[in-house]
Amino acid sequence: MVITYNHMVVGLLEAGRADRVFHALADVTRRDIVVRTLEGEHSVSALARLYPMSFAAVQKHVAVLEEAGLVTKQRKGREQLVRGNVDTVRRASQLLDALEAVWRGRVDRMSEILTDPDGGTP
Amino acid sequence: MTVTNVHKDPDALTMAITVELDATVERAWQLWADPRQLERWWGPPGYPATFVDHDLTVGRRTTYYMTSPEAEKYHGWWEVLAADPPRRLEVRDGFADDTGQPNDDLPVGTMVVTLDERDGRTEMVITSHFPTLEAMEQVLAMGQEEGMVEAIGQIEAILAGTASS
Repeated sequence: MVITYNHMVVGLLEAGRADRVFHALADVTRRDIVVRTLEGEHSVSALARLYPMSFAAVQKHVAVLEEAGLVTKQRKGREQLVRGNVDTVRRASQLLDALEAVWRGRVDRMSEILTDPDGGTP
Repeated sequence: MTVTNVHKDPDALTMAITVELDATVERAWQLWADPRQLERWWGPPGYPATFVDHDLTVGRRTTYYMTSPEAEKYHGWWEVLAADPPRRLEVRDGFADDTGQPNDDLPVGTMVVTLDERDGRTEMVITSHFPTLEAMEQVLAMGQEEGMVEAIGQIEAILAGTASS
């Protein structure tokens, strides 16, 4: 049931775009940038000070996130300001819906194991 | 469908899911206690889990990783806070770096599982709690396909809404 639902959701997405979002969120630094920039605008140089890596490396992470549509970048004087672009995703009720989907998937798989004649040994 | 109730409390950042399982309490406990069974349900489709260390004794740590279709590994851990086999389990649940060491920069949630016998069947309640909204966000973005797909669906909906307005 969850699988069908997932396929349905994925079916609504342009495949290339889904790939970009998955890829963008697969990195710890990039996830951290998303969370921080959702809380408030950060300049690329302010972000660069937060991580043990070069300015260029952080700039590259921001570019990946921008390409995935997860952040927007705006030039202001000498600064490039980064802002998270997924405000709605922050809402707890929607996050709980996502958590529910995770657990429904797990429960489906548990039920399959319990009905397995091998009694759960693969 | 075996899910009988889902209670979500956005203020408390808690979700409780109640499930009826056609099994004894002892059998249902094995879903959690036996790492080989746990591996078959913990990871979402396409992200199989491998439990390296697993011991449901108070104070012990479980370590595991999930492998993505692109062979990227997502490491995680549990720390057992309370265990009363086969009725109750309470763990802290977090993520680890690429070497399996717990990553203190990443959020930690708690998970409480209770198992009760109901007419030869088992009622299992799993309560998942997060300390902050941001913690919940990060956990759901963390290679958990179902959660990520959901998040992507929402991003798409926002973008679609922006485009049409």
